[in-house]
Amino acid sequence: MTEPATRHLRPRLADGVAVVIGRPNLLIGGIIIGVLVAVALVSLVWTPLPPAKMQIVHKLQPPLAFGLLGTDQFGRDLLSMLMSGAWNSLSIAASAVVVGGFLGTLLGVMSAARRGLFEAVIMRANDVIFAVPPILSAMMLGAFIGTGRFTAIIAIAVFMVPVFARVTASAALQIWSRDYVLAARGAGKGTIRITLEHILPNISNQIIVQATIQLGLAILTEAGLSFLGLGMPPPAPTWGRMLADAQTYLAAAPWLAVLPGLAIALTVLGFNMLGDGLRDLLDPREKRRS
Amino acid sequence: MSVPLLLVKNLDVTIRLPDGTEMPILDDIAFTLEKGATLGVVGESGSGKSLLALAIMGLLPPVASVTGDILFEGDDLLGKTDEAMCSIRGNRIGMIFQEPMTALNPTMTVGDQIAEGLVWHLGLGWQDARREAVDLLEQVRITDAARRAKTYPHEMSGGQRQRVGIAMALALKPALLIADEPTTALDVTVQAEILDILDDLTREYGMSLILVSHDLGVIARMCERTLVMYAGRRMEEGRTRDVLTTPQDPYTRRLIGSVPKRRPGGEAR
Repeated sequence: MTEPATRHLRPRLADGVAVVIGRPNLLIGGIIIGVLVAVALVSLVWTPLPPAKMQIVHKLQPPLAFGLLGTDQFGRDLLSMLMSGAWNSLSIAASAVVVGGFLGTLLGVMSAARRGLFEAVIMRANDVIFAVPPILSAMMLGAFIGTGRFTAIIAIAVFMVPVFARVTASAALQIWSRDYVLAARGAGKGTIRITLEHILPNISNQIIVQATIQLGLAILTEAGLSFLGLGMPPPAPTWGRMLADAQTYLAAAPWLAVLPGLAIALTVLGFNMLGDGLRDLLDPREKRRS
Repeated sequence: MSVPLLLVKNLDVTIRLPDGTEMPILDDIAFTLEKGATLGVVGESGSGKSLLALAIMGLLPPVASVTGDILFEGDDLLGKTDEAMCSIRGNRIGMIFQEPMTALNPTMTVGDQIAEGLVWHLGLGWQDARREAVDLLEQVRITDAARRAKTYPHEMSGGQRQRVGIAMALALKPALLIADEPTTALDVTVQAEILDILDDLTREYGMSLILVSHDLGVIARMCERTLVMYAGRRMEEGRTRDVLTTPQDPYTRRLIGSVPKRRPGGEAR
């Protein structure tokens, strides 16, 4: 039997499926995150009950007794709250990673391109930002501009910037020493062109992997912020505040704490597995080592 | 008399070492290159050949400091700003690099890598530039050029990639082409063809060529004049035939003597 000659040049869908199934991290992480994103999107148009609707007569019902996952102390449907919370958590985490990732990548590639004093200043400034816990900066921001979605996004994004700046700066420095960058300079390209055309495409793998892992971390930070009341204000349901509210009823209604906790843990696990899987997939050296 | 294409005078390059001392890398290099002429730069590893090429391109690392004159068409290249050099590099002076395996961007199709120089130096549209790129690939004798233009560097062999490198350097028809060990990383049969292509195309477009190599055979085949370098110094410069047949400098003699020879009628030694 002969294979078509162009097989290695044009990967087919079946090859792609085989690649995903051969990597359990990628597969499981992908499924968890895929389901979660779907649930979050569905919550925008449909939830079993309005997440803020209180039915005091049905308060503190265990799962399956009223609604699929029971109700909280005000008789709100837990499943609806979790679904809405998924959207709130994911959208804040994703926005924060996009903002922080963009700024961090920008600073990273700039310091790799400029080197010298510029690089030193940027990197030390990153160290300073890195030393401030995101909870603290969120509290300060909250005091200035009030708590809410925007505050949470900025607080988490600020803490993402140094992570991305470091990763991109070290990756970009490696690419700068490659021959094709010298060749590009020999062809008369300036620093900005080289960064856009040669540096960024060749470090995009690392950025994508880093962003995925940071998403998990951002979910966790967002939950922490809303647990402390620094996230989105009520009545918008967030996983962190559901956890905080559940403390009082821990003995009477443990599912109120377990379910949002499970949601947070699964999401972080999903992003971490997806990030690991992507790294194996995109980085040939990692593949060889494992 | 007209201005020579490239005039290098009293060229010194020193490198600052981390401990603050300076190490001379090139010492009093001088040569002239007329339009359409070919110059071979030969010497052992570490003799400063590649650095000379980079110095002309203005691509020395920041720790290097340069003094002397490099006059290109009467213009002093050393006095130019980096921006001014950017419009000369690629456009007026092209360069071919030693390692074809690493000198191409792995994330870009080879056709686009050739075409983009045309787009931003000459202002061509992408469609025209891509057509021109296929044309150039044909000129460097890549078969099925239209299809190969859409492939990525990893799908090509070393010889093919070096041809792409040549096509990139030739795209803008620079007046001067600097080839830094263009065939060192290739096997002998591919070497011969690459040299053949270089020879043909520089002749066709009337380009001057500086060929950096440690291979005396390559230099003898390609270059009218030869500059012999050792430890950053010019040992000898002259017509290739004279340098190779009646070397004046003891180092040149030893360099030529080091070429492995088969003794007629006897055992190789």
